[in-house]
Amino acid sequence: MSDASPLKIKIDRNDRQCRVTLAGDVDMGSAPVLRKALLEVIETPFDRLVLDLAGVNYIDSSGVGTIVELRRRTDRSGGDLVLAGLQERVRSVFEITKLDKFFTILDDAEGNAAT
Amino acid sequence: MGHAGLKLELTSDPGQLQKAREGIEAWIRGIGWAPHDIADMVLAVDEALTNVIRHGYQGATGQPIYVTVDALADRPTGVGVQIRIRDFGRQVPLDKICGRDLEDIRPGGLGVHIIKSVMDFSEYRHISDGGTELVMRRYPRPKQEGDQAKPAGPDPE
Repeated sequence: MSDASPLKIKIDRNDRQCRVTLAGDVDMGSAPVLRKALLEVIETPFDRLVLDLAGVNYIDSSGVGTIVELRRRTDRSGGDLVLAGLQERVRSVFEITKLDKFFTILDDAEGNAAT
Repeated sequence: MGHAGLKLELTSDPGQLQKAREGIEAWIRGIGWAPHDIADMVLAVDEALTNVIRHGYQGATGQPIYVTVDALADRPTGVGVQIRIRDFGRQVPLDKICGRDLEDIRPGGLGVHIIKSVMDFSEYRHISDGGTELVMRRYPRPKQEGDQAKPAGPDPE
C-alpha cells in the first residue's frame, strides 16, 4: 500500500514578485496543505504571483477548488495571479470545469505568455 | 473478451486515493486506452472516492470502499469500462447529488460535474442494507482539443 506522495511546495519571493512552485499530486489529501501555504503567501502584499504547476502530474477538484479560493482572495487583496506550466492532464481539469477562462494561464513555467 | 476485472478494497482515507488512481490507471492502460481516456477515467474515480469520503463517511477514516472495474463489450471505438464504487456510509439523498452551475465560480461542488462530463453513464443508487453504489461507464472517445468534456453519446444500455 502506498501513501499519497507528499506535495512539495517551494516559495520564492523577490520584492513584490512571488512564485510558488508545486511538485506532486494535488488531491483531497494534499489540498489542505496547499491551501495553508497559499494563504500564508498572500498575507504579504504582492504585485504578481505565479503558481508554477509544471511539476504537478495530477490535480482533482479539491486542488482546483483551492486555486479558485486563492483567486477570489487575490481579487480582493490586489495583485495578479497567473498559472504557469500546466501539463495537459492538469489543463484538462480546468477545461472540464470551465475554469480555464477564469484564470490567466501561461504556456510555460517561466510565466511567458501563451502564443 | 479476455480482460479480467479489477477489485480494489480501499478505506476512506485520502492517502488511499493515490493507490486507487495507480491501480485504475494500470488496469485501463492494459486494455489499450489512449492517455486522454485514461486520465478522464482516473479523474472520475478519484472524484467519486473523494465524495464518498467527504459526504458518505463525512470525513471518518478507516471505513470500507470497494471498487470493481470490468471491461464492457467491445465496440468499434474500443473496449468500454464499467466501474462500481460501493460504500457503506450515509446515504445522501439522490436528488442532492448533482453538478452545480459552473457560472458560479467558487470552490467545491465540482466533483459530480466532472463525473457527468467525462463518463458516458453514471448512476447512484442506495443499497437496502446500507450505503450507496455508483455505477459509471465509458467507452473511448476521440481526443478533441479543448473539448474533452463533451459527452460521447447515449449510454450503451
